[in-house]
Amino acid sequence: MTTTPSKLQKMIASGNFAVTSEVGPPRSADGQVIEHKAKLIKDYVDAINVTDNQTSVCRLCSLAACIKLKLMGLEPVLQMVTRDRNRIALQSDILGAASFGINNILCLTGDHQHFGDHANCANVFDLDSTQLAMTVRMMRDEGKLLGGHEFEVRPQMFIGAAANPFAGPNVELRAARLGKKVAAGVQFVQTQCIYNMDTFKTFMKICVDRGLTEKCAILAGITPMKNVGMARYMQKRVPGIDVPDAIIKRMAGVPKEKQAEEGINLAVEQIEELKEVPGIKGFHIMAIEWEEKVPEIVERTGLYPRPQLNGG
Amino acid sequence: MIKAVPKPLEEIIGRVQDSNKVLIAGCDGCVTVCEAGGMKEAKILASALRLYYTQAGKQAQVDETSLTRQCEKEYLAQLSDKIDGYDAVVSLACGVGVQYLAEMYDNKIVYPGVDTCFLGVNEERGLYSERCQACGKCILADTGGVCPIARCSKRMLNGPCGGSEAGKCEINPDIPCGWQLIYERLKTLGQLDRFEKPVEPKDWKTSRDGGPRKIVREDLRI
Amino acid sequence: MRLQYPTSIRIIEVPCTGKVDILHLLLAFEQGADGVMVVGCMEGDCHYMAGNLYAKKRVQRAKEILDQVGIGGERLAMYNLSSGMGGRFAEIVREMTGKIMELGPSPIRMATGTAPRASAEVTT
Repeated sequence: MTTTPSKLQKMIASGNFAVTSEVGPPRSADGQVIEHKAKLIKDYVDAINVTDNQTSVCRLCSLAACIKLKLMGLEPVLQMVTRDRNRIALQSDILGAASFGINNILCLTGDHQHFGDHANCANVFDLDSTQLAMTVRMMRDEGKLLGGHEFEVRPQMFIGAAANPFAGPNVELRAARLGKKVAAGVQFVQTQCIYNMDTFKTFMKICVDRGLTEKCAILAGITPMKNVGMARYMQKRVPGIDVPDAIIKRMAGVPKEKQAEEGINLAVEQIEELKEVPGIKGFHIMAIEWEEKVPEIVERTGLYPRPQLNGG
Repeated sequence: MIKAVPKPLEEIIGRVQDSNKVLIAGCDGCVTVCEAGGMKEAKILASALRLYYTQAGKQAQVDETSLTRQCEKEYLAQLSDKIDGYDAVVSLACGVGVQYLAEMYDNKIVYPGVDTCFLGVNEERGLYSERCQACGKCILADTGGVCPIARCSKRMLNGPCGGSEAGKCEINPDIPCGWQLIYERLKTLGQLDRFEKPVEPKDWKTSRDGGPRKIVREDLRI
Repeated sequence: MRLQYPTSIRIIEVPCTGKVDILHLLLAFEQGADGVMVVGCMEGDCHYMAGNLYAKKRVQRAKEILDQVGIGGERLAMYNLSSGMGGRFAEIVREMTGKIMELGPSPIRMATGTAPRASAEVTT
């Protein structure tokens, strides 16, 4: 496992639970939005993901936002999808990110453009997420591009990917797929948000049995529900997310003005439960357009203040 | 085969409304099989256009014919004695045939009468689906006979993605997840170990990305 | 049954409405018909299983075409009855005749100013 200057990697290596969260860039040229969201969460996380045109909605690019975070003295995780860029652009952006000292990358294939605001565009998908991870590893460990060019100053990237234990065809294959990503160079994973604990624990057991958790740090994805409408929407309309009926019932069983609080309670309970699951090395809190709740979740789960590491 | 659908009638009328003598040229190949541009469709289109011209008070002649194939010069040559008088030709062949016809009769205005859609199969009459993207380097031996480039919406080679749910693609529940199909086939064939090793990036040079393609078979050419 | 119905109708017999093609319907209008009726068996009772269902689809398509070329899809209609329903037959002929009289001569006849030619014989 290659060591990089990544502070996220250091936190994981220290044996403490790592905490990451994300900021979603604006659909405009307003860089202030990034600064504002980052300031809300910066003391509560070890690294901050910036999403890359998430759900195929065109937003201020992840690379620019990550540079801004880096210049603010924070630790960004560059999310990179292969939907919009070919291998030339992907490698080019990785070199660009590395030139600013960005040390974390999350390699993703990306939601199909069908979901976004430019459904009639051409897509790229020159590479997929696994191939992107292979590419970053080659750039970092060999100083080489896919086309063969060799270079001296290499990106020092801690390589991450997503894992979705809840998607098809079944949990065994999702774990096998994680194994494939690890073979491709993936060192940490942030999972899709978890509501079905049984399925997730089965997935973790398979990963442990396959020896994956020794090579790859799994950060459990947590998304707090704002209200029962959000729970229902995620259950019915978002592919790859499994929301058990019991969760819907719990959210619905609470009066409207109390649902947000209940959603946070649920997220806190999930984190406490997942702390006990072997192989979990941390948490990735995705509070989409609800970044202000991240501090509360981190505090209530005993993960605040973040441990200060030497040289970190 | 190539699958196509008839163009909207309004669109074709829009193109030929000021013509005086129109030839509808069908094709007995792929477009006949998917019932978009064969002799039958040519006759129907010709009749529809005659009704249009007559009720609009326009004097126009519309004739129909169908060729064995429009992607072959020797069959296109059969038009040479009759095509002269027409001031517009509506070719119901696929995009290949329309172009070849236009190339051979380059002083004629040629309009396409169908929209060429994809390379695919007949699942049932009137139900066609895509199977091949003509990438130029077939990998079906490694994927249990199911093509991820044509059948995965993201053309992943290390699928399935996280949006695969209940065997369906995230973008449309009518689209089976290509990687679910590959998984099931490899399972039947006892080849699930193929999921363990990462597949390298594809060389897209043999695909559309490498530019317009050509095959030169020296063994067939003297 | 010796029921009275308008003489404006010209009957062309086919073994099954499944034999009727879109082209036959369009040609009828080309050759000056003011209206066309396709009369098939009750749905579910087709002697040839689904002939009348294919006919239904073709009539729908032909109506669309007739709308798009300026003839008017309302001049074409499909009815379903059993061969024993003589009274209903007379009724639908009266109904269709009434509708066509209201619509007036077909735009083809208006444009060409000609009397309608002999209807095309559909040999089956």
